[in-house]
Amino acid sequence: MADIVDSRYKIIDQAMRKLGYEKSALLEVLHIAQETFGYLDRDALKFIAKRLKAPYSKVYGVATFYHRFTLKPQGKHTLVVCLGTACYIKGAKEILAALETRFAIKVTQTTNDNLLSLLSARCVGSCSIAPVMICDNKTYGKLTIDETLEKIEEILS
Amino acid sequence: MITSLLELEELANCKRCDEASIVEELRVCIGSSCVSRGADEIEKNLKTAIENKGLQNRCRVKGVGCSGLCANGTLVSHYKNSTKENTLYEEIILDDVDALVASIEEQKSYSLKVCDTNQLFFTKQTKIVLENAGIIDPNDIEDYIAHGGYATLFHVLHEMMPVDVINEVKISGLRGRGGGGFPTGQKWESVYKVQSDQKYIVCNGDEGDPGAFMDRALMEADPHKVLEGMIIAGFACEATKGYIYVRAEYPIAVEKINRAIKQARKLGILGNQIAHSGFDFDIEVRLGGGAFVCGEATALIASIEGNRGNPRQKPPHLSDYGLWGEPTVLNNVETLANIPSILKNGGEWFKNIGTPTSTGTKIFALTGHIKNTGLVEVPMGITLRELIFEIGGGVSDGKALKAIQTGGPSGGCIPTQFLDLSIDYDSLKSVGTIMGSGGMIVIDESSNMVELAHFFMDFCKSASCGKCVPCRVGTTQLTLLLEKYIAKEATQANFELLKELSKVVKGTSLCGLGQTAPNPVLSTIRYFESEYLEGIKND
Amino acid sequence: MIKQKVRVKSFKINDITVTGRSDQTLLEVAKEHDIFIPTLCYLEGLSCVGSCRLCLVEVKGARELVPACTSKIKEDMEVFTTSEKIDSHRKMILSMIFSERSHTCSVCEANGDCELQDKSVELQLDHSLVPYIDSRFAIDASHKNFVHDPNRCILCSRCVRVCNEIEGANAINIGGRGINSMIIHDMDEPWIDSQSCTSCGKCVYVCPTGALYEKEITKEDVTTKREIIRNLLKNRAENE
Ligand SMILES: Cc1cc2nc3c(=O)[nH]c(=O)nc-3n(C[C@H](O)[C@H](O)[C@H](O)COP(=O)(O)O)c2cc1C
Ligand code: SF4
Ligand code: SF4
Ligand code: SF4
Ligand code: FES
Ligand code: FES
Ligand code: FES
Repeated sequence: MADIVDSRYKIIDQAMRKLGYEKSALLEVLHIAQETFGYLDRDALKFIAKRLKAPYSKVYGVATFYHRFTLKPQGKHTLVVCLGTACYIKGAKEILAALETRFAIKVTQTTNDNLLSLLSARCVGSCSIAPVMICDNKTYGKLTIDETLEKIEEILS
Repeated sequence: MITSLLELEELANCKRCDEASIVEELRVCIGSSCVSRGADEIEKNLKTAIENKGLQNRCRVKGVGCSGLCANGTLVSHYKNSTKENTLYEEIILDDVDALVASIEEQKSYSLKVCDTNQLFFTKQTKIVLENAGIIDPNDIEDYIAHGGYATLFHVLHEMMPVDVINEVKISGLRGRGGGGFPTGQKWESVYKVQSDQKYIVCNGDEGDPGAFMDRALMEADPHKVLEGMIIAGFACEATKGYIYVRAEYPIAVEKINRAIKQARKLGILGNQIAHSGFDFDIEVRLGGGAFVCGEATALIASIEGNRGNPRQKPPHLSDYGLWGEPTVLNNVETLANIPSILKNGGEWFKNIGTPTSTGTKIFALTGHIKNTGLVEVPMGITLRELIFEIGGGVSDGKALKAIQTGGPSGGCIPTQFLDLSIDYDSLKSVGTIMGSGGMIVIDESSNMVELAHFFMDFCKSASCGKCVPCRVGTTQLTLLLEKYIAKEATQANFELLKELSKVVKGTSLCGLGQTAPNPVLSTIRYFESEYLEGIKND
Repeated sequence: MIKQKVRVKSFKINDITVTGRSDQTLLEVAKEHDIFIPTLCYLEGLSCVGSCRLCLVEVKGARELVPACTSKIKEDMEVFTTSEKIDSHRKMILSMIFSERSHTCSVCEANGDCELQDKSVELQLDHSLVPYIDSRFAIDASHKNFVHDPNRCILCSRCVRVCNEIEGANAINIGGRGINSMIIHDMDEPWIDSQSCTSCGKCVYVCPTGALYEKEITKEDVTTKREIIRNLLKNRAENE
């Protein structure tokens, strides 16, 4: 199949095979695809739908229900600011606002140079060190606005 | 394969004599909070430093789960087998490693960073569910077994009948820790009584309350306890398959649980013919996808089945029509982790902890404006004052307490006049909030309650699945209304609408999310009405 | 799964004694006895989802209102289909439905032939009790026969259900979540590009509002086509 040229499709196909092409495995497959591609575009979703023999509308409906899945490519670095209760109480909103101003993007957007995507989460379970952000899968806690901006500059440079 | 209690004990003993040669342990907290401060680096460096000094035959370095005082992480404890003495060190950073190891070499304590374990934070806790947290290595099933793990399961499988197990759980009075507080024994019994070839046990590890991390810590610190509870539940309800639904935001918990399952399978503690008892049970992990509503029972089922996480109208209840249409028990992580201790010590023992209607202990995640943020396990019936001021060390930054929020987006605020309220399901309900899953947020005088209500409503709005009108549109309308108060542009008519809408959303929504979404608004109106009135412009 | 024997049950609706089969819903029994309960997401012949919440009724002893369309009847239950509380709650819910999207009836194809309009007459709601949420969506008129105007959609999911359960095409679903939910074709693509749609038109004729409509068609033809499809659903329901 021409579709499978891309080796990443192979990874997803293997995962589906392992799951026996079960329709109920849709979420598992989407997780794997999200991890492999970094996002889920329509081509990937259609590939999955065909393989699982699931309707397009169903796959799309599921993929857009769960906020873990993103349908657009992310920047080179992703920054997730936690907006859970504990972080909110400790000023996460102000940190997010500062980041939005600094990079001139709104949450869920990516900078024009594709360097940074700004995301938010609802509690990542590290509330005791609130406010928390996760940058490229590493967690940082007890942040102030200045520290946050400093950290990001460091990561981006 | 372990087939009998005897073999299990042998393994435990063997592990213990192993332990005997190693007379000391350095237990590094590798809970999420500590890891984000570099605990894994610290663990690695400690190992190297111990080896460099040739101490590895005397002192072992191991990673353990969260022991509660996350605010002062990274925590490292030094345990001596001979004296059972345990010295806790706090705020350990990489720079401490050499000095710490040197002090161990010299058999001295590293006095610079000793954490006083005689403080109320530790002494007022009762650890049942978290008994192993911070002590055992969550990556090692043998460590769990050496600390008495799975012995209860073997006892249950060989000596008890399902009805006995259910009876014991009923006697214990255990109520669900996921928020609703439904009696666990009764839930199990209703599934036990249904005739069906296939039944399921589902463990709810979605932990959606944004400001709570009890279940996360539990799964990371002692995953086998959760498995043991689940297997016992399976035996009691005659189910053969279990699923643990964990939020994808908890990768470490997922990893720990998955490893635990593999290890248990290898020893024959999961799979066919567990311990030669004729009982089959296996467990799989399913990942959530960033949808709070999937903590709701019917939505969680839909999600495991690979669908959009839309709840459905009950009845039928899960006990009649659950996963794949089969009878299903859904229990919270902490509920299930209580089970091994209940069957080990008996329902009566458990019943004597806590209050008559809220038995046992509860884990709380203390956060917000409080000195000792972290996890604590306390007997039910303890007062808020004890929890906040004695265990929690009081409000941080010398500010005054304004309110305590429990139950997350489904709960409410408790003003300071109720500080002596006993923490149990019924007392919390009587003041307009709920026990919830254990998130406890301390709010100081500098916070605005309308903004807090808005925060929760906005959360519910973005968490709403959108299936039913009152929740989908109502949470949006309420969020917009609250914004008017924050901008101080509300009118008197808005206030009536705010109250009326809250009532309708609560009374007509399809599932628990919508039915409880207005609670933070209603409870802040009840106790802090003046802050709403300040948001009304006078013209 | 447990199958229960069907039995005859008798109970009371608004103090009138009625009987029905134990596999029937409150709504079905009420309809058989000509007792009016407002509905929007319900459509005979499709599965019941209980999402519009207009059919909520009071059951004596129950803590909350229950939706008549999904609740099975029980022996001796006492049901009330109206009360001050029910009426005010229904009005608020209907207001919320109107407030969600922009229902500019004067320019709507379905004007005068809209179930949403009917509800406001039935419930005597002459103005919305909640402010309008300002939202505008692009209209999809790409299909050669049909138009999808999300601005008039009330997300009742009738179209989704008819396409899945009756036509078996699975061409429509709800995408997104919460207030951002939208009716989508395939992967949220223009209707004309849908590879699953058979252009059967069933969705159009179950839609209670003007969110789905057929282009260039007379009012009479609309009525005929709707009758055909609703009868098809009815017959299927009865034969099951
Ligand atoms: C919107 C919503 C979210 C919920 N989230 C959770 C959750 O994250 N974890 C949990 O254990 N229970 C959650 N619950 C409660 C569960 O539906 C269910 O009652 C519980 O898991 C049953 O287990 P228990 O009896 O052991 O408490 C939630 C309920 C609702 C309505
Ligand atoms: S109450 Fe909210 S979350 Fe629950 S079904 Fe309705 S829209 Fe979905
Ligand atoms: S026209 Fe028929 S097949 Fe196409 S979307 Fe509508 S119901 Fe489905
Ligand atoms: S398009 Fe029509 S039938 Fe479909 S959900 Fe919207 S209002 Fe209901
Ligand atoms: S609220 Fe941010 S980590 Fe929990
Ligand atoms: S994570 Fe280390 S003490 Fe909680
Ligand atoms: S008709 Fe019953 S909820 Fe819509």
